[in-house]
Amino acid sequence: MDIRFPHEAEIVERIQESPNLFTLRLRFTDPQTQQAYQFEPGQFNMLYLYGAGEVPISIVSDPMDDNLYDHTIRAVGRVTQGLADLHKGDYIGVRGPFGRGWPLEQAEQKDIVIVTGGLGCAPTVSVINYIMKRRERFGTVNIVQGVKHSNDFFWKERYDMWRNSPNTNVLLAADAGDAIWPWHIGPVTSLFDQLEYDPDNVLIMMCGPEGMMRAVSHHMIENNIDEQSLWLSMERNMQCAIGHCGHCQFGEKFICKDGPVFSYHEISSLFGIKGY
Amino acid sequence: MTSNVNFLAKAGLQTLIDNLVSLGYECIGPQVRDHAIVYDVITNIADLPVGIIDIQSPGQYRLEQTGDKNYFRWNNGPQAIKPLVFKPEEPIWSCQKSPDGNLRFEKNMISVKKRAVIGVRACDIAALFLQDKHFLHDHNKDEYYRDRRQELLLIAANCTKSAATCFCNSTGDGPRAHYGYDISLTELADGLLVHTLSEQGENVIKELELRTASQEELAEADSLINEAAEQQRSLPSHNLKDMLFSKLKDARWQQIAERCLSCGNCTSVCPTCFCHSENEKPAMNGEVSQHTRQWDSCFSQEHSYIHGITIRSETQYRYRQWLTHKFGSWHDQYGRCGCVGCGRCISWCPVGIDVTEELNAFANGA
Repeated sequence: MDIRFPHEAEIVERIQESPNLFTLRLRFTDPQTQQAYQFEPGQFNMLYLYGAGEVPISIVSDPMDDNLYDHTIRAVGRVTQGLADLHKGDYIGVRGPFGRGWPLEQAEQKDIVIVTGGLGCAPTVSVINYIMKRRERFGTVNIVQGVKHSNDFFWKERYDMWRNSPNTNVLLAADAGDAIWPWHIGPVTSLFDQLEYDPDNVLIMMCGPEGMMRAVSHHMIENNIDEQSLWLSMERNMQCAIGHCGHCQFGEKFICKDGPVFSYHEISSLFGIKGY
Repeated sequence: MTSNVNFLAKAGLQTLIDNLVSLGYECIGPQVRDHAIVYDVITNIADLPVGIIDIQSPGQYRLEQTGDKNYFRWNNGPQAIKPLVFKPEEPIWSCQKSPDGNLRFEKNMISVKKRAVIGVRACDIAALFLQDKHFLHDHNKDEYYRDRRQELLLIAANCTKSAATCFCNSTGDGPRAHYGYDISLTELADGLLVHTLSEQGENVIKELELRTASQEELAEADSLINEAAEQQRSLPSHNLKDMLFSKLKDARWQQIAERCLSCGNCTSVCPTCFCHSENEKPAMNGEVSQHTRQWDSCFSQEHSYIHGITIRSETQYRYRQWLTHKFGSWHDQYGRCGCVGCGRCISWCPVGIDVTEELNAFANGA
């Protein structure tokens, strides 16, 4: 497909995940476009709402699913709030996929640590699903999810399912929680003594607020993890998604096409500097 | 191709324009409009800014009539060649919504005219080559830019004077055009020296009344251009990329921000700035919506907006983004500095912020 122009896609299913989070299950209306469409975990699409505009949203479903692809979206801006009002059977425009996804080949045969914070889990759900379906290719898998408040936690069933998978360590933390939150209260890094991995053979993937990703990176580097084993998904304003419009620049990088997934090593010089 | 330089009487410019028109070119040239020199359609040498010179300084641009017979003794006004290839605003696609909710997308097709631009300055040719690198450098080529660029014939005018705001000599991009043109002109007191670099250029000049330029005429041209190279402003000779990225927390960014209005004039007149936003324009009948793109500026509030957060909430971050991109990260992206020394951002800054002064201050540790 020509990725500069949207193609019509049908909402096959709409799932309300939490009060302001929803998933759209999509299929291109043109069967040939759907059949030819391929993506990697960590890549994103531009979703177009008629009359309102486009937003970049990561793809959360499994890349081997030929029939559908899913986007989990937080209703926060003009376009995403409009998308939230759509129903099954409605149409949107989609172009993509864009960018570089997670380094899955490099991750094979390694222990994996996936750290997500806040509502940043969507871009990592696809990679977790990907790994779980190909479990034998990876070592111990650690899934660490931090939320601001226990009320922000969703997809409990998925985490329960992952927790019950062999050789999988699921750790959950909330900065603040109510009486029924059964897991840890505190930042995700305070759970790190419970991680199970071989420091010489591990790959870390992070997604979420930059402050969290910075704290995790510093913790890992202090524990002698190589900078090139730390991977994170970055977010900036994106309008064209092909490196032309200039909004997503981060130093010399165009997040839309050079990323959104980067190794810490690639972006560390500007990472955490206010204003970049 | 002519390897030598020819002489053309000034009246021959009309024949040049006529030739361009008869060869099917739309002829674009400098002209005075709203007290500034801009590029637009010309049909006659009387349209050219004869006798006009410009007085430029930080925050100042003024034209004066000298009464002489020079057509090209001015320096650049606010407008570069950029809008001829990368339009300030254009539709890129539209979406039709049928009553049953189906969406039909249609790409905006453009038809491109052959265009000849007379009087292009060396700095603007360098800027065009930088934009080529941005819009045409990888597999995602910008078709609108490419189609317009391919149909552009460039007739350069070497600068025989510099404005006080010019610093192309220190970026290495002027005042003489060395590449990228089809025809170049150097205006002398009594005529023009003509040189060509392309077959298309050769084709345009072949019926002009030319004779080989004399040694005296060549020397006169060199002397005028050398004079234009004596410029009041220059960039520091340091490695600006490493220097700027080593000073990201310098107090000077805030000092500049106290003067900067974050208006975006500098990015609007910059011949290399490529940022653009994409916008949606739904029709009143609710049946069609047009998706357009429009020049944008890293000085705007929206430029760095993501889901409720403005990454560059303060002016100091916006000025720093502009400067560290233009003079720093541009090297990694496109192999050279993103500035061509045209000085427009200095003249058209409403508060007269001088990019060379700021860079020199950073370089000298001020």
